[in-house]
Amino acid sequence: MTFFLVASAIKVFLVLNLILVGVALLTLFERRVCAWMQDRLGPNRVGPQGLLQPAADGLKNFLKEETSPAMADKALFTLAPIVSFIPAMLTFAVIPFASPLPTKWGSVEMVVADLPVGFLYILAISSLGVYGIVLAGWASNNKYALLGGLRASAQMISYEIALGMSTVAVLLLAGNVTLSQVIAQQQAAHAWFIVPLTVAFLIFFISAFAETNRLPFDLPEAEGELIAGYHTEYSAMKFSMFYIAEYSNMVTASALMATLFFGGWDIPFTSWDSTGDPSVVKTLATLALFGFKTFVFLFTFVWVRWTLPRFRYDQLMALGWKVLLPLALIYITILAVAIWFFRVQLDWAYGPGMAWALGGLNFVLLLVLVLWLDRGRIVSGSVPQEAA
Amino acid sequence: MAIGVKVMKRPTQQTSYLRATLKGMALTFSHLLRPKVTMQYPEEKSSKDWTLSSRWRGTHRMLTDEQGRAKCVACGLCPQICPANCIKLVPGEDEEGHRYPLIYEIDEFRCIFCGYCQEVCPEEAIHVGVHYENSEYSRDRFVYDLERLTAQTHPVSTLWDPSDPKGE
Repeated sequence: MTFFLVASAIKVFLVLNLILVGVALLTLFERRVCAWMQDRLGPNRVGPQGLLQPAADGLKNFLKEETSPAMADKALFTLAPIVSFIPAMLTFAVIPFASPLPTKWGSVEMVVADLPVGFLYILAISSLGVYGIVLAGWASNNKYALLGGLRASAQMISYEIALGMSTVAVLLLAGNVTLSQVIAQQQAAHAWFIVPLTVAFLIFFISAFAETNRLPFDLPEAEGELIAGYHTEYSAMKFSMFYIAEYSNMVTASALMATLFFGGWDIPFTSWDSTGDPSVVKTLATLALFGFKTFVFLFTFVWVRWTLPRFRYDQLMALGWKVLLPLALIYITILAVAIWFFRVQLDWAYGPGMAWALGGLNFVLLLVLVLWLDRGRIVSGSVPQEAA
Repeated sequence: MAIGVKVMKRPTQQTSYLRATLKGMALTFSHLLRPKVTMQYPEEKSSKDWTLSSRWRGTHRMLTDEQGRAKCVACGLCPQICPANCIKLVPGEDEEGHRYPLIYEIDEFRCIFCGYCQEVCPEEAIHVGVHYENSEYSRDRFVYDLERLTAQTHPVSTLWDPSDPKGE
């Protein structure tokens, strides 16, 4: 019991700090990648390659004056950044980030809390974050902030459904919501869930962008229309809290994508990492690979942000409700029938064969989907086309 | 929808967001790896793509003769032509009849850097310089006196030559 408590406390401390430092570096990474994409150099003055820039920014935010609008609801105005910040910090807790670490006193699972409810916990906690944004928008007593908050709530609730539906597909295969079990399933089949669940990944991927309020779905901020959206009136550390929350949501979403669809800390093409005795080398290797997978998704987030323009609001809603949700429902139906067929009619257990058979099915579905999307139907005008 | 947005009918390849998105992603990624155009200013003041023009008209410089005296003969042409009225000149004369400036001051804040003073100077004494880093701790440091003007070392402007308009 003491061992569990001490190990958990150390893990909580490490993971929390890792996320905070990671978020700080991510802001620098985003700015530099953005600069490189625009043929510039980006911030490279503070420290080697600008590595101390986040520290300088953090210091600036600590020392800046806190402004508080006269007509704002003081209590809620102060509460909002906290409500937005805490869930963002909590969600990473259930994601396993490496293979178990052997110690003198026993083996330590490399996850802060291997909850039986697994990613349901993530869905539940991450949707709490929207309260922070709505409260911020409302408490500011500013019409732009309010509009940003409203957009955020509508957007996050809409895409939560598509996101949840795409994880149902994972449930159908894994039969378990515990993330360590999801990873174990992927290791056992020697095929990550991206193979049998390609379309689900696609839906999850797009929804994740909307959930984290990133471009092309950053309508809650939409600086061209709403100044800065829900955090227009915030300054100094309160603003920083929203900023950190946004980026740590990004980290969690990336880690979740890596875990659900790309085998988490699994090293591909070998079963060395998941079989046999745990060792420190294995833990470090799997940790590095998990970090790399997460990093790839983080890079994609940044890459997409500096490539795509923002959606119009009705297009955003149309994409969520008219494309992604029906798509997810149809996909689950097809997938459930396929799994039933393989399991009951052909009497297969889930393994490499079934994974690749489902992969083939997904490939066909993906082809149909791409052909359909390629007709310019994703984001069309809000009124019928005029006759030429 | 409150506003009727007019949507043009276009062929599929133009309305395909999927292709446009992928094309855009490829473009931004290719830019990620291209050489950067940023000049690291305080360390790097010119690059192969950009240098300060030799015709640049910056803060002034007074040229000197072999004895280290200002070439100025206090003819009074530069304060006369100066459109901004920024040159203060009090002429003096020594016992041999050589004219020299008793006071020669240029207020760089009033100066519009037209370069007329250099153009009009018969002795090629006063010049505008190829120089742009002028920061001081007080405003009165921007009134350059004769001593300061002769102490400047930056290159002088070549100005625009009407007989060679392209500078060749």
